[in-house]
Amino acid sequence: MGLPGDWEMVVGLEVHTELKTATKMFCGCANHFGAQPNTNVCPVCLGLPGSLPVLNVRAVELAMAIGIALHSTIAASTFHRKNYFYPDMPKDFQISQYDLPINKGGYLDLPDGSRVSIERAHLEEDTGKSTHLGGTGRIHGADRSLVDYNRSGVPLVEIVSGPDIRSSAQARSYASSLRAILIATGASDGRMEEGSMRIDANVSVRKPNAPFGTRCEIKNLNSLRSLQRAIDFEALRQIELIESGGTVRQETRHWDENVGATSTMRTKEEAEDYRYFREPDLVELVPSDEWQGRVRDALGPMPAERRLLLISRLSSPSETQLDAVEVVIDLGLEDYVHAALDAGADASLALARAANELAAGLDLLSNVTFTAFSSTLLLEQSGTLSATQSKTVLGELLKSGGDPASIATSLGFEQMSSESLASTVALLIDENPDEWERFRDGDEKLAQFFIGQVMKQTKGQANGKDVIKELHARR
Amino acid sequence: MKSAEQIVRDVRSGATTASAELDDALLAVKARNEELNVFLYVDEEGARRQAESVDAAIARGESVGPLAGVPIALKDNLCQRGIPTTCSSRILEGWRPPYSATVVDRLLAAGAVPVGKTNLDEFAMGSSTENSAFGPTRNPLDPTRVPGGSSGGSAAAVAADMTPLALGSDTGGSIRQPAALCGLIGVKPTYGLVSRYGLIAFASSLDQIGPFAKNVTDAAMLLEAIAGHDEMDSTSLPEPAPSLVAHINDGVAGKRIGLVRDLVDGADEDVVQSVLRAAEALAAEGATIVELSIPEFRLGLSAYYILAPAEASSNLARYDGVRYGLRVNADDVTAMNEATRTAGFGDEVKRRIMLGTYALSAGYYDAYYGQALKVRTMMISAFANAYRDVDLLLGATTPSVAFELGSKVSDPMAMYLSDIFTIPTNLAGDAALSVPFGTGEHDLPIGVQLLGPGRSEAKLFAAARVLEIAEGR
Amino acid sequence: MSPSLRREDVAHVAKLARLTLSDDELDQFTQQLSQVLEHANDMSSLDLENVVPTTHPFGLVNVVRDDVVRPSLDRDEVLAMAPDSEDGRFAVPRIIGEAP
Ligand SMILES: [Mg+2]
Ligand SMILES: [Zn+2]
Repeated sequence: MGLPGDWEMVVGLEVHTELKTATKMFCGCANHFGAQPNTNVCPVCLGLPGSLPVLNVRAVELAMAIGIALHSTIAASTFHRKNYFYPDMPKDFQISQYDLPINKGGYLDLPDGSRVSIERAHLEEDTGKSTHLGGTGRIHGADRSLVDYNRSGVPLVEIVSGPDIRSSAQARSYASSLRAILIATGASDGRMEEGSMRIDANVSVRKPNAPFGTRCEIKNLNSLRSLQRAIDFEALRQIELIESGGTVRQETRHWDENVGATSTMRTKEEAEDYRYFREPDLVELVPSDEWQGRVRDALGPMPAERRLLLISRLSSPSETQLDAVEVVIDLGLEDYVHAALDAGADASLALARAANELAAGLDLLSNVTFTAFSSTLLLEQSGTLSATQSKTVLGELLKSGGDPASIATSLGFEQMSSESLASTVALLIDENPDEWERFRDGDEKLAQFFIGQVMKQTKGQANGKDVIKELHARR
Repeated sequence: MKSAEQIVRDVRSGATTASAELDDALLAVKARNEELNVFLYVDEEGARRQAESVDAAIARGESVGPLAGVPIALKDNLCQRGIPTTCSSRILEGWRPPYSATVVDRLLAAGAVPVGKTNLDEFAMGSSTENSAFGPTRNPLDPTRVPGGSSGGSAAAVAADMTPLALGSDTGGSIRQPAALCGLIGVKPTYGLVSRYGLIAFASSLDQIGPFAKNVTDAAMLLEAIAGHDEMDSTSLPEPAPSLVAHINDGVAGKRIGLVRDLVDGADEDVVQSVLRAAEALAAEGATIVELSIPEFRLGLSAYYILAPAEASSNLARYDGVRYGLRVNADDVTAMNEATRTAGFGDEVKRRIMLGTYALSAGYYDAYYGQALKVRTMMISAFANAYRDVDLLLGATTPSVAFELGSKVSDPMAMYLSDIFTIPTNLAGDAALSVPFGTGEHDLPIGVQLLGPGRSEAKLFAAARVLEIAEGR
Repeated sequence: MSPSLRREDVAHVAKLARLTLSDDELDQFTQQLSQVLEHANDMSSLDLENVVPTTHPFGLVNVVRDDVVRPSLDRDEVLAMAPDSEDGRFAVPRIIGEAP
């Protein structure tokens, strides 16, 4: 979406990602989404009097891995307390890194060749979660709230970009590339819908080469779609405000996905005084070169490199193939594609089945071996399975694993006999004389029409290529 | 009352039982607790169970821990699973922690018998144990006077012969000052020597748990049992507990001891005289006394009354009525937090929370908190400098003997000044102890303070033992 | 010299600390806190430009624990502490305003 006149937007993103550790940041409670409320809590993450935090080594190493992937400088760092009262924060302060973060500087290169600078990527702890009861179930108008501290103390890394982003599409691309990196480092599962990756956007507008305008921070962006819509809305809001003679106030704004608009949450004057000071219960973190080296050595190749490797196996990649490559790399599915290509599968087919069918079942991937995936594709390529049948087999593989050929047999996916295909085609030619006439006159598009009809009639059992063969034989 | 050392010996030999010793302790508590207000809670049942398990182990011929059968009092800012823990505050009234402090676990493993929880200044903020929501504790040696604070209840428990041992916590002098005022040994160990896990925080970078006892050996036995690395406390020193009792008679021959002018100036004349006599007693046993001045000590009080309240303002934020303790209901959560905290905290706690909040707030951080952190650095250098020339330092623990109840409550600054000699050690993170030496007006005890660098406890105990012998104990 | 403490400073700080003060208390606390801050002014005259601040007396670094699950508390015991609970959760009156 373009902005009116010569207006330009200036966007920086703050991405919070939960780390995929076994335990919380400062205690041994399980870091596990979806448990019964208040079952993963202990004196430390409940902030009970007398309890003390002890730092999780895995959280530190995942933070370092993120820093390495973002070309940051890993530095000696400290923890501070950010003091404010809120019922989902059991100590009424958050332990976070402040002036000395573990990762300083860095950058992220996007697929379009642009580069976004990284200011910092620091460690901090998550809060608990409140549910609002009465009224609408939202925070406003509720009459009471219930708090679950299972999430309290889950380790987070907050990644702050420079104000380098100039469009909502670029913001989206940054967020999805970052997510791919978080998945690739093993730091996060990148699931925005479960809140394990949350984004705040700082948005301002300006005329070309003018100094930065006053920015607003937008909270609650929990999907890539929200991110893009909210940034566009906010930039336009600010432009309209300025053009009608107003000025932008520095404030925190809330994105409402249903309304499709941002609204004031807190003005600058209402901002908290956090009274940051060094957390006296934790000591300095000084990652030695040797320690950093170990983390670096354990890291596999990052998405940019993996993307290039995959693209190098495509002879002259189409737009569709490149889009599928993005999905496959972001979700870390390329080993399936490589295996299928090695087995002789068609590149477009392998990319499409990975980017669609496998991508829809990420939770169940462990059921699908590389061999099973490749075999299914080869069965489809040879015409033994139709496209629809092949997708069904992949669905079954995700659900319960197994051997594709036996699954096909047990589902009754026998190849249609050529006689019954021939009689079905003959029947359909009779029923659709006009279309048949046009096909005979050389309109090849009509072949697709007949394939569709045959598929309908045979509930997807036919093979499209065989239908075309039959049509040509009768022309 | 028998010493802890004696009780352990007798329990092990079968001359007495842990249960019989506990009976004596409970009798002594019953005799004077109402008058002195020492214990806020007596865990008779739990204590009996622990004593019986020690006796059973001995009956089975098993080895028992180094404190087998010794009754002990715990300051009520130490968490003990299932036992009411209040910090002498309304805000925690009725709270039973679902876990125990590391020191409590170590005491139980050592065979000690925790008898109950003792009174303190609310959240350990005070120097007289008058700032308790549950009434002041009286000095067993003169019930019209304070026992000192904030660990006044623990000091009084030992001074009144209720238990031979007690644990307190020392943030700016809260063990040494009451020890001096009650005629006891009180030790502020090196920061990190004793785990703070389960000690309800006042000022995290200054707090340390330490022992009260009537004699040096008992104090050393107790410290050995609770010291040493704990993985639950990130600031815990990495090494195991030091060997203290074995070195108790090492003496002071050949040691250089600095008599610090700044730790006697301004003290009452009888206190000054005690310190000078202590110096002579140490010299008589072969120590060289060097007179010196550490002017930085005078800045200690200022730095302390910024740093400790700043940390406290954050540590005490969690008492908000949401998860445990007091809740005063209100229409919304913010109003509930305010109503709860306003009703739950006493004046001294409110004063320090506000002071600390102010010192950390935007615009004032650099002038107060930031500057105090730098003064802390100066203090550490000043100590380090002194320890290049001498092994230990000597001075007064408090400016005067125990003062009368009520005499300083309306003047916070006057009360704060009673910690003027003890605060520098906490800022440096070093070790220090107070040992009784002589008496002053009304025959009340005087404490002299021995100070040493971090991890110098063995030397401090040996020097304290020299003074103990000089006093004929 | 550091600025002297005003009544409105104390009121502001009380609000930050979630404490309610009566007018009398406000006067009394202003006077008492001013005294302590005045005493603290003996630090402000020092030139500590090049002094490094200390937050820990000993320079421990890299104290970490292994990422190994330990037992959590029993939920009944946890909620037994709560002034109010409902449905396995801590119950509080309505929350005004979202988290910062
Ligand atoms: Mg943050
Ligand atoms: Zn926990």
